[in-house]
Amino acid sequence: MRARILGAGVMGMAIATELAARGHQVELVDPEPAPGPHACSWWAGGMLAPHCEAESTEKAVERHGLSAIDWWDRHTGAVSRNGTLVLTLARDRGELARFGRRSRGHSTVDAEAIAKLEPDLAGRFTSGLFYPDEAHLAPRAALMALRERLVAQGATFHTWAPDGAAAVVIDARGLAARDALPDLRGVRGEMLVLRCPDLSLSRPVRLLHPRIPLYIVPRGEGVFMLGATMIESDRRGVVTARSLLEMLSAAYALHPAFGEAVVLETGADARPAFPDNLPRLRRRGATLYANGLYRHGFLLSPAVARMAADHLESDTIPEFMDEVS
Amino acid sequence: MPVFYDIEVGSALMLGTAQYPSPAVLAEAFRAARPGIATVSLRREQGGGQDFWGLVQGLGAKILPNTAGCHSVKEAVTTAHMARELFNTRWIKLEVIGHTDTLQPDVFALVEAARILTDDGFEVFPYCTEDLTVCGRLVDVGCRVLMPWGAPIGSGLGINNAWGLRALRAHFPDLPLVVDAGIGLPSHAAEAMEMGYDAVLLNTAVAKAGDSAGMARAMALAVEAGRAAFLADPMEPRDMAAPSTPVIGKAFLA
Repeated sequence: MRARILGAGVMGMAIATELAARGHQVELVDPEPAPGPHACSWWAGGMLAPHCEAESTEKAVERHGLSAIDWWDRHTGAVSRNGTLVLTLARDRGELARFGRRSRGHSTVDAEAIAKLEPDLAGRFTSGLFYPDEAHLAPRAALMALRERLVAQGATFHTWAPDGAAAVVIDARGLAARDALPDLRGVRGEMLVLRCPDLSLSRPVRLLHPRIPLYIVPRGEGVFMLGATMIESDRRGVVTARSLLEMLSAAYALHPAFGEAVVLETGADARPAFPDNLPRLRRRGATLYANGLYRHGFLLSPAVARMAADHLESDTIPEFMDEVS
Repeated sequence: MPVFYDIEVGSALMLGTAQYPSPAVLAEAFRAARPGIATVSLRREQGGGQDFWGLVQGLGAKILPNTAGCHSVKEAVTTAHMARELFNTRWIKLEVIGHTDTLQPDVFALVEAARILTDDGFEVFPYCTEDLTVCGRLVDVGCRVLMPWGAPIGSGLGINNAWGLRALRAHFPDLPLVVDAGIGLPSHAAEAMEMGYDAVLLNTAVAKAGDSAGMARAMALAVEAGRAAFLADPMEPRDMAAPSTPVIGKAFLA
């Protein structure tokens, strides 16, 4: 089968990878065909945390997110399997209890266990939750790795649609597909990247707070990604001072060494989401729409890509498909 | 049913629209509770929230835009004007935050902003404390509804100063009064309604519950029960643990 994929963000690249792995010929079309700041996956945290996400999402996210870790490992070889540590400041201890109640796959850790997991946080927290089966990756490196492998497998990347008809068109344009998917909305997220050589973390750390939830993902060599706001707005572009203030003050509360960090980068984009914040596959004639990954671009794109490939190969109606015509 | 600025609403429950896991969960909570009014924020969305606002307008409740996130008179007034254009309503829930951590209202700026907005034709729902003087000033500048807190926003601590809220009710017997913020449980909502409050406004208790629709329904039932109890003129409690007259010699078994 010859498949044309519109959009070379995480959704398009994952579908291309899945189809190429099954022996199909793929061509990706994107005005910016290389991974870059135009795509919202560029700004992602890269946490592969299906259990933590279950705290505030539909059950399908955890069910389908569990396979993402192996998928990314298989296709990029760059997954860190060190789990997730969830912490809270003493005043917000209730948040930790609630988070633990509403998620699985964790054990409670005390001060000693926290110090063993993350020596730089020793003495700062007396209790937390540890999710040993979770993982993380560096999104930009992962997208580059997919692209390299796709090119090696004969996939082609185009700024404009090439001549010749494809058997099927897969529309994975993210928020740009609002022209065809009117129930798609943007949910703004803001992030920043710090260099803080004084501090070393082995795994993503989530700091629970009733108003300012923060996560910090280590990128290695003293670099950390901080994220991310969730605002019901489709505004893209630069971050606001308030969001920066909130994220930095939360990071400073996690460890004061972040106060001396250098700000390498800030960014904001709008995630494509449907009203229940779950992905959708929609088939309209020769076009298959795959969209709505919300804040789960890296967590759910493997499952959605598999569903898309299954559907194209054998006409199955997968779980996230709500329209066939 | 409560009447605000000559408009009768369908329920004494007012529900906020922030912090839900998804718009779908929000809609389910509204279907379960059928609140009369939905509050909605617009300050942080920077003009990019049309899709979400469209969803909120489809919830079937009257829209009350708010100035959440505003810390000064100027910000609040600007946000109110934006809200009037976006939602085509003169109603504005006026929040002017005085303390970033507790989100306590800045009552001085609140009175000033309420004066400016009322003069400008707005119908103001001020988020205030239960202080009688502050509330009196708000009424003086034209507010015909008061929304004192039960406890700080998002705390779920319930009715912190029951005496103060009862005193406020007694001082403004004919003014619509709403307990806004701090409601964590249905019992808190019922308590406010039993005191004779006209409505309660809550958000976090439903949005952050494990089952938002279930909690929304519980809140609606509590509001209804509390109101019915108030109208039924409840009995006065009598504390027999502290007898004021000697019992011996009285015909206490007669």
